[in-house]
Amino acid sequence: MTNRNEKKAGGYLLNTLLSAAVIVLAAMAPQLGASVKGVTILWQLCYFIILACSLNLVMGFLGQLSLGHCGFMGVGAYAAALISLAFQRAGIYTEKSGAAFMLVLLICILAAGLLAALVGLLVGIPALRMKGDYLAIITLGFGLIIVNIINNLPFCGMGGLSQGSAAPALYANGLGFVAKQLVSYLWIPVVLTIVCVAAMFMFVRSKYGRAIMAIRDNEIAAAASGIDVSHYKVLTFAVGAFFAGIAGAIFAMCSSTLSTASFNFTSSSILNSTFIVVMVVIGGMGSLTGSSAAAVLLYLLNYTIKNGKWVHALPLFMRQAFAYPMLVYSIVMVVVIIFRPHGIFGTYEFSLYNSVSELFSGKRGKKVPVKEAAENE
Amino acid sequence: MNEASVPVLKAEHLGISFGGLKAVSDFNMEIRPGELVGLIGPNGAGKTTVFNLLTGVYKPTEGEIYLYGKLINGMRTHETVAAGIARTFQNIRLFSQMSVIDNVKAAFTKDIKYGFGAAIFRTPGYWRTEKELDDRAMELLGIFGLEDKADAPASSLPYGQQRKLEIARALATNMKLLLLDEPAAGMNPTETSELLSCINTIREKFGIAILLIEHDMSLVMNVCQRIQVINFGQTIAAGLPGEIAADPEVIRAYLGS
Repeated sequence: MTNRNEKKAGGYLLNTLLSAAVIVLAAMAPQLGASVKGVTILWQLCYFIILACSLNLVMGFLGQLSLGHCGFMGVGAYAAALISLAFQRAGIYTEKSGAAFMLVLLICILAAGLLAALVGLLVGIPALRMKGDYLAIITLGFGLIIVNIINNLPFCGMGGLSQGSAAPALYANGLGFVAKQLVSYLWIPVVLTIVCVAAMFMFVRSKYGRAIMAIRDNEIAAAASGIDVSHYKVLTFAVGAFFAGIAGAIFAMCSSTLSTASFNFTSSSILNSTFIVVMVVIGGMGSLTGSSAAAVLLYLLNYTIKNGKWVHALPLFMRQAFAYPMLVYSIVMVVVIIFRPHGIFGTYEFSLYNSVSELFSGKRGKKVPVKEAAENE
Repeated sequence: MNEASVPVLKAEHLGISFGGLKAVSDFNMEIRPGELVGLIGPNGAGKTTVFNLLTGVYKPTEGEIYLYGKLINGMRTHETVAAGIARTFQNIRLFSQMSVIDNVKAAFTKDIKYGFGAAIFRTPGYWRTEKELDDRAMELLGIFGLEDKADAPASSLPYGQQRKLEIARALATNMKLLLLDEPAAGMNPTETSELLSCINTIREKFGIAILLIEHDMSLVMNVCQRIQVINFGQTIAAGLPGEIAADPEVIRAYLGS
């Protein structure tokens, strides 16, 4: 019982090394000759991963269905865009490079998260008095309300911060990176994603995680064990909103225009609250690994259905079905629910350290005890 | 007034009505430090309702509850736990998807001092606290012979051990008064006698007061120092086990006249 934490040091070292390698690789994107198209995919993957993981905090770990998650992302996106714009107008930075700009960027990202968390708090306090279906409906409603409020705020460009909108200068030089900068700044979303997912991981492997999983498993028993149920519910909701806000900031960076249509309950693209729920369910409620993997898989599935040449080679009836990608996702969802009711990963979390040590001990013909493998930190 | 003379729990004229139904009325009880009191009565008598009143699940419509002389009426459930009352449930309520040790550690939550920053940046304080909690949790599990199941999911435990884990979790809240709601329900005689020795062990080790709801009369008569009988929400008898067993009112309530 004294060595429960012993193997963790090795795990941290391995994870840090891998993260550093990924970040270096991302920073070398221009030298490696990465295409703008490919890099754009990576940017989008980054915010999808953060978004899915942050919703999993609320759905998988806290056990509360929330259908308005993209609303918090919208708050973050607009906050980042508008604050950067204000800095730019004040003349703090003129071009998108240099120390002053990096500082502004950092402030924008944090502000996006904090503002979204604040909105999450305001939504969560009344909403989380409800349970189950009622909570789902009320979060759905709040998601729509947030989008409508943004739509009607005069300083948000009345429905869109686009270059072609009523205030053309508004977004011309805000936070949005142009194509070449997307390549050279690829390391920013990569660092953010690693930091956010790691922070969420630490969150669920602490007293907070234990408290919210206890609430998920049995609310009455959680209260009878001294856990302040409503406090931890609202807290988790706000934390989820915080990370959704950061995902929004990444969205703002890689989009030339912002429109509230991007943050709706449903939309023709896969960026909508419902689809994030689908990602969490397919990946496994209660597994951050699962959410990340499902975000990547579903994004790539969507991408290949929409852009892949292979679709044209399909028989006519299938091609017609593929013209409506939502049909395909619903089939994927049904298949997953039938064969893996707890999602692809269930509550399993991938651990690099455990996998590596299993690999090595396997070579030496030594089996890792099942208990350790199941525990994986 | 010295500590020993203050009752752990004092309920005065406690009552609750749901609409026109008086589920419990004029309930009086006093539990002294280290005492084990039994609360019995036929099904539907209002025993679990009393527990729910004491732990803040229901708000009493009349009467007062004092814990060590402090009024705890109207507190929410987690606040009554902080004040010093912990309970188990008639139908087991574990955190079934969590591991056995995490079930116990979840009950430490209110006493954990570290905050957000420490949890996310894994400060030395975080590690120190977690290590301490691990040790304390293992010690508690040890009392119930559950150490080697520490990493198993709680739902995988056999019935008797789930009951024990629930008691271990309640003990982890560091309470002064433990409410046990039918701990022997569904147990075979061997498990019941094991439970009996467990209850005795924790009373000796922790010196806490226990209020026990139970239908297993041999268990009640064996361990309880005093017994209170309720029927239709009214106290019909209170006294020593021997007196209760011979009380005509109690016999009528259980067997009919």
